Order: sequence, then structure tokens, then C-alpha cells
Amino acid sequence: MSANRRLSYSLAINEALHQCMAADRGVFLIGQGVNSPWYVGNTAQGLLERFGGKRVIDTPVSENAMTGAAVGAAIAGMRPVVEHPRVDFMLYAIDPIINEAANWHYMSGGRSACPVVIWGIINRGGEQAAQHSQALQAMFAHIPGLKVVMPATPYDAKGLMVAAIRDDNPVVFMDDRWLYRDEDIVPEKIYSVPIGKAAVRRKGDDITIVASSYLAREAVKAADILHHEGVSAEVIDLRTIKPLDTAAILRSIKKTGRLLVADGGWRSFGVASEICALAAESGIGLDRPPVRLTLPDCPAPASVSLEKVYYKHCEDIVLTAKKLCAR
Amino acid sequence: MNLTKKTMSDLYAMMVRIRYCEESLVGPINTGEVKTPCHLYTGQEAVAAGVLAHFTDKDHVFGTHRSHGHFLAKGGTMRQIMAEIFCRETGCARGRGGSMHLVAPEVGMLGAAPIVGGTISLALGAALAAHIRGDKRVSAAFFGDGATGEGAIYESLNFASLHKLPMVFVCENNLYATHMPIRACRNSEHIAKIAEPFCIKTWRVDGNDALKVHAAASEAVALCRAGKGPAFIECLTYRFRGHVGPDDAIQGVHTDIRPKAELAAWLKKDPIVRLERYMLGRKMMSAAGIAAIKRKAEAEVADAISFARRSPRPAPRDLEKYVCK
Ligand SMILES: Cc1ncc(C[n+]2csc(CCOP(=O)(O)OP(=O)(O)O)c2C)c(N)n1
Ligand SMILES: [Mg+2]
Repeated sequence: MSANRRLSYSLAINEALHQCMAADRGVFLIGQGVNSPWYVGNTAQGLLERFGGKRVIDTPVSENAMTGAAVGAAIAGMRPVVEHPRVDFMLYAIDPIINEAANWHYMSGGRSACPVVIWGIINRGGEQAAQHSQALQAMFAHIPGLKVVMPATPYDAKGLMVAAIRDDNPVVFMDDRWLYRDEDIVPEKIYSVPIGKAAVRRKGDDITIVASSYLAREAVKAADILHHEGVSAEVIDLRTIKPLDTAAILRSIKKTGRLLVADGGWRSFGVASEICALAAESGIGLDRPPVRLTLPDCPAPASVSLEKVYYKHCEDIVLTAKKLCAR
Repeated sequence: MNLTKKTMSDLYAMMVRIRYCEESLVGPINTGEVKTPCHLYTGQEAVAAGVLAHFTDKDHVFGTHRSHGHFLAKGGTMRQIMAEIFCRETGCARGRGGSMHLVAPEVGMLGAAPIVGGTISLALGAALAAHIRGDKRVSAAFFGDGATGEGAIYESLNFASLHKLPMVFVCENNLYATHMPIRACRNSEHIAKIAEPFCIKTWRVDGNDALKVHAAASEAVALCRAGKGPAFIECLTYRFRGHVGPDDAIQGVHTDIRPKAELAAWLKKDPIVRLERYMLGRKMMSAAGIAAIKRKAEAEVADAISFARRSPRPAPRDLEKYVCK
């Protein structure tokens, strides 16, 4: 065991699944591609061989029933992880996720719980267009009864998957193919990252950048560039979209007086909007109006010429932050 | 089955056009010039050509992620499809859709989209529109064996039957859904049976035999036009290429899980070669006639690719242009 063992983001998820399945016989994995050499990257590698076909189930193309089955098995006392190779495909499963899983605990008066993990992979770019690109965290975060986590680092990918599996509520776990090859130090032992706690990735005084998932990684890069240009940016990686770590956000904007929220979803009614509303309602006087950096309210285009302006990256954060900080 | 020489040579020419379109993409995909995910139709040409030979421009079709063949057989042009696959402004979806979103409303190709099973109920809706308006149009949904996993197909079968809608369900059973062999998805390889409990007339044909597909579709479409729809055709076929791209070299690794011998056996059942042999054997076409059709298709594809290459990509300022009408 080495203290500095490095692991990729995707293999960190894989390790979480291995360890949770070994630790708890109630955990099982069901979803498309868990027995495919490419469909879900290497996140499912070795699981079928180790735990067998009863607990590692590749499925027909039947998102609605497979998700319903995971929800039902959770209600019946297991801890299923239902995986969708793309968030887009998960839309067939909106009914079991929202009508059933999210409402279940409340509408049973707390007498029955639904500890299911709904794992949706964000997979976009490469001229895949509107039905193979969507990042719908805001939609799920809108629903009472659902928790939504979005790891940005390999450490969090493992820790949040473990936390999601151990949580007694339905948790939507959204990871991002653009992060799968990122490597970092990941402890070998099993551990969890608390749901509902953000992480301060860079400390700074001039501006608060709130982001999650891929854009949290980009925000860290942006902060380093901004630092060289004389702007001291504080980066808050949300890690959990819901419940939101409001204290971490408010603490930071109180200090910096400027807020930039970067989110990989659409602009209107989105995660960024929610955080701006939080800032406004807090009564903390910002030096400048807050700024949202998001996708435009537009479906994902195919052509690379449009993808280039559609998706946001480090450079966009740098530019927007500089504008916000300019006197 | 008495097809005229003209019908048969048209059928053959359509299959050849589709084949040349698909095979011409292998190079550009491998060099990275074409990025949009291409689910090539090579090997399945007899299905699109055989079924859609009975459709007029007024009839409606919806397709899937693997719809290059449906688009061409429904009357979309080679330039439109090629420019779309190259994601150019001159493409059928103006570069916004790519390979998986082919559309040509002017000839009744109402659209293809890659959510598995997602367009089946849309074709149901087109049939419903024809039913309400009484305009004698027929609609078709093309889908794969994999789509039979989705509940929407059963809901659509029931409603189509309940209202006797003029809709042809066309299942292209190529024995695989991505990395899943059909027997990992369902206990029976016989798909047409799913329509029977809904009292729908079914056909199950060799999908690599253009004449058999053509004959079944002729009956199915006639039934629908006579107000006695819907109809269900299962075509047994095989894709000669990868699930996506030429050979499933996804993320740089060769990942086609299909047995090599199985592929080799199916390659021997090439639908184009079979029709060629049939026509030559019955002297319905000369070797020179066949060569001429191939030359023409080759030239058409070359023209379309060069058209696509010299067409502009969509301008960044037009990103949000088509969000709403
Ligand atoms: C709702 C949904 N789930 C999953 C996918 C991923 N996917 C793309 S094609 C495909 C398999 C389709 O198989 P089949 O219907 O047999 O068509 P084929 O590719 O064989 O032509 C799958 C699962 C998708 N596009 N949509
Ligand atoms: Mg198939």
C-alpha cells in the first residue's frame, strides 16, 4: 500500500464499486455497458468476473424498467446502482426517478426508503449533437427528495460514489467522460466524501468562482492563470449540487465581493441561477452583479465550429473573471 | 414475383448508392476528418431500398442512429447527406445534427434520431395524422432489434392496431445491439412475434434478399393503404461494419465482439452481390449495365464529398439560430 497511489477518475469509480460490492452484499450494479469493452470506459472493469452475473447486470435497452427495477430493489432493501452510459438515455427513466424514487420516502410518511444510486454519465462533444450531449443536473436538483453529486476529481469520484451508495436516499451521481483520464492521488482504502460539502480548491480574495465537475477542474486551471495576471480567485468546487453547501459559498463571497458561477448546464433555471439567487437573498452586498457562465439556452449542435463556441472551458472562465474584476 | 426490369434496376441502383456512400466514409472517419458518430449501414441496404421502393414523397418515414440508408432510399440527396455528415451549413440539417439526425421533409423523411426506440411513436403520430386527415399516406418506423427492449414500441403497436393506423413497423434484426448479442437481450431471436398479440399482420424475411424485402413491403404497404394497417416486417440482416465507425475501433481499441466466422458467413450473403447475380442469371441486366450503375454511384458520391468539403461550416454567430421557429 502506497500513500501516494495515483488513479484515474474512471478507475476511482471502479474501485468504489469494487469495495462497496465487497463490503455489502446488498450492493449490485445494473445498466447498459457494464459488460462492454468501451461503453462505460473502464468504470466497470473486473466487476462481473469478481461478483458474478447476478450482481453485475448488463441490460437490454430498457432504461425505464431497469431504473424502476433498481428503485424497487432499493425499496425492497438492497442498495442498487443503476448506470446509464449517457444522461440523455436516462430520460426514459424519469418516471421511476422522479415520481417514484424521489417521492417515495415522503409519500410513505417516512416508513419506506429508497437507497438507490442513479448513475448518469455526461458524454458530449465530438459532433454528437443534441441527444448525445446533455448535462441535466439542474433538472434533477429541482426535484425534492433527490440528492445530486458531481465529482470533479478522482478522489471525489471514489468518495462520492461510496457516499452515494451508503446514503439512505436516492442519489443521482453524475460523472463526466471529459474527466475520465484525469489522474490524482486516491487512497486505496475505502472512504467517503460527505454529500453536501463543497471544497475550496484555491484560496483567493478578488473573486469567487463556483463550479462543479469538469468546470471545477477548468476553474482551478483558470485560477492559476488569473493568479499570474494579478487576480486572486477563490475556487469553490461544489461536489454536491443538492443539497447545496450554501455556507461555503456565502463565506467566500462575503470575502471577495464578486461571484462567477460556471455550470455545464443551460443558463435559464439552472444551477448557476440558483447560486446567484442564493447570493441575492443572502443580503451580502456584492461589489459587482454576479455572472453566470453556462451553456446558452440552445441544444447541443453537431458541427465542431458550433461546439467550439457552445461548450465552456478554462479560457472562458479566465476571460469572464477578468471582465468581472476589471475596474 | 414479377418485377419489371426498371423496378429491379432501380432497387439495385439504390443499394449501390447507399453502399458507396457508406464505404466512402471509411477513409474520412479513420483520418478524423469526419467526427460525427457514423453508424454505417453497409450490409443492410436491401432493407431500406426494398421497403422504401413502395413509398412516395408524400409518405412519411422516421429513422434511427443508423439511417444513412433510410435517408437516401427515401429520396434525400447525396449532397445533403454528405454535407451533413461533414457537419456543413449545406447539410440536410445545416450541420446542426450530424450523422444521426438526417432529415428531408420535402421528400417525407421526417427525421432520424438516435434515442433507441424514440422515433417509433413519432411514426405512430405520422400515421395518426394520415388517419385523421384521411389522406392515404403511409408511415414507417425503422428500428433495430435492440429497440424491442423499450416499452414505447409495445405501446405503439397496441395503439396502431387499435386504430388501424397506416403504419409499417420495420425491424432490422442484425443480431446485435452495440456490444450485446441478441440472445443477451431477449430469449427469442424471433422478433416479428412481438406484434402478434396485438393482432398485427407480420412478415419475417431474409433482409439480405432485396426481392423478398420488396415483396413483403409491397403487401404491407398495400394493407396500410387499404385502411387495414398496421403491418410489421422483420428483416433478418447483419451489419458488415462496426456498431459505430468502420470497425468499432472505439477509443483506439478494436472492440467488435462478433465472431470472425459469423461476419465472414454474412459477408457471403452480401445483398448487393446477390441481386447482381440474380439479375445477371436471368439476363435482366448486363455486366455493362451493372458497371454503369456503379460508375454513376461512384461519381455521385465523389461529387457529394467534394461539395461537402468545399461547403462552409456553420458560422459561430448562428449557434442559436434554430432553437425556435
Ligand atoms: C435510449 C437509448 N439507450 C441507449 C442508447 C445507446 N445505443 C445506441 S445504438 C444502441 C443499440 C441499438 O441496437 P439496435 O436497435 O439493434 O440497432 P443497430 O445498432 O443494431 O442498428 C444503443 C443501446 C441510445 N442511443 N438510446
Ligand atoms: Mg441491432
